Amino acid sequence: MKHIINCLVENQPGVLARIVGLISGRGYNIDTLNVGPTADPTVSKMTIVAPGDAKVIDQITQQLSKQVDVIEVIEMTNKPHLEREIVLVRVETKDNAQRAEVLDVASMFNAQVVDIQKDSISLQLASNQNAVSEFLKAMQPHHIIDLSRSGVIAVGRESL
Amino acid sequence: MKKKKDSKPEIKEQAPALRSGAQCVIDGLAKAGCDILFGYPGGTVLDIFNCLYDAPFQFILSRHEQGAVHMADGYARATGKPGCCIVTSGPGATNTITGLATANMDGIPLVCITGQVALHLIGTDAFQEADVMGITRSVTKHNFLVRDVNELPEIIAKAFYIATTGKPGPVLIDIPKNIQRATTTLPTIAPESVSMRAYKPDVKVSKSDIEKLAELINKAERPLLYAGGGAINGDASELIRELAHKANIPVCTTMMALGAFPENDPLSLGMVGMHGTAAANYAVDKSDLLISAGARFDDRVTGKIDQFASKAITVHIDIDRSAIGKNVETHFGIHGYLKPVLKAVLPHIKPSKHDAWVKQIKDWKSKFPLGYPQPEGVLMPQTVIKMIDTLSKGKAIIATDVGQNQMWATQYFTYTQPRHWISSGGLGTMGFGLPSAIGAQLARMNELVVCISGDGGIQMNFQELVVAVEHQLPIVVVILNNGYLGMVRQWQELFYTKRYSGVMLSQQGRRPNEGITEEQKYLPDFVKLAEAHGATACRVTTEKEVEEALKEAFKRKHTTVIECIVSPEANVFPMIPPGAHVSSMIGHLKN
Repeated sequence: MKHIINCLVENQPGVLARIVGLISGRGYNIDTLNVGPTADPTVSKMTIVAPGDAKVIDQITQQLSKQVDVIEVIEMTNKPHLEREIVLVRVETKDNAQRAEVLDVASMFNAQVVDIQKDSISLQLASNQNAVSEFLKAMQPHHIIDLSRSGVIAVGRESL
Repeated sequence: MKKKKDSKPEIKEQAPALRSGAQCVIDGLAKAGCDILFGYPGGTVLDIFNCLYDAPFQFILSRHEQGAVHMADGYARATGKPGCCIVTSGPGATNTITGLATANMDGIPLVCITGQVALHLIGTDAFQEADVMGITRSVTKHNFLVRDVNELPEIIAKAFYIATTGKPGPVLIDIPKNIQRATTTLPTIAPESVSMRAYKPDVKVSKSDIEKLAELINKAERPLLYAGGGAINGDASELIRELAHKANIPVCTTMMALGAFPENDPLSLGMVGMHGTAAANYAVDKSDLLISAGARFDDRVTGKIDQFASKAITVHIDIDRSAIGKNVETHFGIHGYLKPVLKAVLPHIKPSKHDAWVKQIKDWKSKFPLGYPQPEGVLMPQTVIKMIDTLSKGKAIIATDVGQNQMWATQYFTYTQPRHWISSGGLGTMGFGLPSAIGAQLARMNELVVCISGDGGIQMNFQELVVAVEHQLPIVVVILNNGYLGMVRQWQELFYTKRYSGVMLSQQGRRPNEGITEEQKYLPDFVKLAEAHGATACRVTTEKEVEEALKEAFKRKHTTVIECIVSPEANVFPMIPPGAHVSSMIGHLKN
């Protein structure tokens, strides 16, 4: 099972390497890893999506918590939360028919058109990981020139 | 003089003192209580060494950076205080890796300072540059690269704070040369005053956890205490004794905890695990409550995990939260310092006898004593250890290398006090014995320190003998020379049909084309080698010679090396083969 782990860390050089090194050094896998600033400029948030059973995830969580630069570790999976992943995909559209087909798929998934060139179209979709994967599957028959997919990010949604 | 001082005190007080980064390092170490700094100089630490000239603490020059870290480690294990060492950048820093990893595995508090090339040169493949932060990240508890001299006083205090709290460990501070030369007006900070947002080592154990633990102990019929390195690090041996005696609970220890419970106490089972006593391993197997007091269920203890303590409720008290449930699914984990947990639980413990259980333990102990064959005319290594025990009245501080010499030292010396056992547990570092003995002796000058090594391990850091000699350290180095890398040979004998591959250290059994002559019977000649380093040395081959040599050495005021030519194929028994259950134990005596 996939788990989403949010990790608040000191915003300092080397912390990313420390976290990544810890996870790979102990033989765990990462599906996606997203790092970004938070409302507090001295704190960064890492969102790690990792596969594993409860024991593995508990170990990852404990090992992360043990790090001197890690402020807080929150396992999001079993809590009410919102998760999003974003994808930017540029698809070849040689003619109007092709463009219409691509736009059809895009509208089915509520993907936004963010750029149009004479022979290509760029789409954006921000949704949960499954929806993004389904969208990309639907785009498969077309010629995908380029694709960038972010890792998952998540926030909790319990009442305070 | 006095008048002069009195006449102008204010000026100094008002102007903030301007100090170099290098001076901040010396002041920070002094403030943290450092009394001995081990190390080796080099280009990027010249400024610190310049300030070291006037430092209020002693500097000990090792002959290899690995030796310096092991010395600091031995100092820390013998005292409980953080060990301190300093090396230069590049090769100086990379030579510390084994030492850092050794301390990291065993939870030993160290602060290691490494020089680094100037900040603007980092990343340019400058002379003696190495990515020390990257290289040491996984072998330290934490590491710092100092980017601004104004951060330096705080980082030094933080390093000591992190090294000594929670589960202790080594902390490295990488200091670029230009930072050492830059100046700051900021004052020295005491480690006690540090507070960190992301590192909170203080944990409170809930009242309900304490009550639950007490209830388990009070209800148990066959309780067993299993003390680990945390009992030594956490200074909890007295409380363990108190708990054991109050409820008549037998105690076994891991190798790291030797001395945490006196082995001459009737409740002591000695060491548990692969080469532990049969009684300790049977007790684990049959107990109904196993309480780990700072032990981490290492594979050398548990053997076959799913059959380990299969009849027991397992309790794990550990300050390292990540250790709980890591190797064995324990029934009840308590995250906290051992000492306050034991202190809190003691008043809830009902005095108890556990008569049947204690009798069973006693029977196992007399039925399966430690023992070894004693063929006529052959010096057995176990006998040498027993003699060290007898002649030092069990009071020596024992430092060891790794392998058979280490295991015999666990089995045939009677440990009765904490911090008398100095040995690399988790990492199993050969070459640890001699330098760690030096660190321990410097910390405890009035006590007898004996280094027990094999002919393999001693060659890994022999150069440090000079340090013992030049500081007139009365260390007694006992080399158990069996001509083999004995533990590897033992495994090849037991599990690889005696195909001895790459383990011969003596002439015996070697291929003729290696061209060793009869005159080179002892290769190296440890006696000559030790004498060349300035130590008193002798070679002994009989029990009587061992006894005389030890008696002389224990009286001597300077370093002695005793090379004992021992049985080449003696084995460490009993032994539970790796990953096996206690029922597969081999080589134990039966009365």
